[in-house]
Amino acid sequence: MAEFKLPANSVVQPGKTFSAPAGAKNVKRFMVYRYDPASGHNPSLDTYELDLDDCGPMVLDAILKIKNEVDPTLAFRRSCREGICGSCSMNINGANDLACTAAIADFDGDISIYPLPHLSVIKDLVCDLTNFYAQHASVEPWMKTSSPTPPDSERLQSKEDRSSLDGLYECILCACCSTSCPSYWWNSDRYLGPAALLNAYRWIADSRDEATGERLDALEDPFKLYRCHTIMNCTNVCPKGLNPAKAIAEIKKLMVQRRL
Amino acid sequence: MNLRTPLSQVKGLGAAKEGVSHWWMQRLTSIALVPLVLWLGFGLASLSGADYATFTEWVRSPMVAVLLILTIVVSFHHGQMGLQVIVEDYVPNEPVRAAAIILVKLAAVLFSVIGVYAVLKIALGAG
Repeated sequence: MAEFKLPANSVVQPGKTFSAPAGAKNVKRFMVYRYDPASGHNPSLDTYELDLDDCGPMVLDAILKIKNEVDPTLAFRRSCREGICGSCSMNINGANDLACTAAIADFDGDISIYPLPHLSVIKDLVCDLTNFYAQHASVEPWMKTSSPTPPDSERLQSKEDRSSLDGLYECILCACCSTSCPSYWWNSDRYLGPAALLNAYRWIADSRDEATGERLDALEDPFKLYRCHTIMNCTNVCPKGLNPAKAIAEIKKLMVQRRL
Repeated sequence: MNLRTPLSQVKGLGAAKEGVSHWWMQRLTSIALVPLVLWLGFGLASLSGADYATFTEWVRSPMVAVLLILTIVVSFHHGQMGLQVIVEDYVPNEPVRAAAIILVKLAAVLFSVIGVYAVLKIALGAG
């Protein structure tokens, strides 16, 4: 059967507590998943009490404050701090999100922060995204054409055709969607997942691309595509407000359309 | 030690070029089952408390027999496709997965043939 329980060496233990500085009035507790493969210990959940009066507004600000002022051993990815690089994706209070665009004020009570679900953890909040990136590469996310490039102009696209890429090209590959998908949890070795499929559809839907048929051929598979059961977790969590479930449904429609 | 590249592992054996008919047939059979199951429900409800003779008389009507056979065949076909999806989702061990899918499909054929035979026996049998 699929694994529904954590293996014994992955069970999260209670961890250390770092108290708020004396005199702090606006205290918020952050429970953060910690795992260090070099230690040989199980993962733990450390508690950090921060003074929000002395902290930026976003969850990433809190994590940076922990790293800079409380506990420099905390490992996580971040870069742009404005929702465009997709590095700081993590599981915040049970839902995948970008720490940099998630406002602390939107969460009542304590905030728990875990790495993205069902990936190998490298350290703390840093996951192994090798398979996820390889899946993106496998849909060949670039324009493929047979007609020669126009010698002195771009490949033209009408405004209507360009607008059909809206809601697709904005994907930042943060992996929030794929790692929220139960089908992806059980079969990520064969199911491409919502992010790769949305990117596949981004090229299928591109009026300039001439490999639509080959792209559909490459997806026509019980596992690569049809593990999607329209659970919609992908759409619920997408921090960019995209709709991978709809993109996958469009692929499924085209699969039927070309054989009727 | 696995030295295959991540891309080679993701590509695996390539696309099976299959899955569309399964997906499409699941949709078609579920549409067909809406009226069939409604009809069966109302049909059985209208016969509640009836004795064996009344019930077999009902099955002997050509329209009832045809609709019964349709319901049996379509629901077993739909059911085995749904069970196949569940097995593919939750059984990662490949030999076990293959065996479970084969078992589900053979059982669906067996039970639908039993059902059809039972209807035909009543509908076409003497008395």
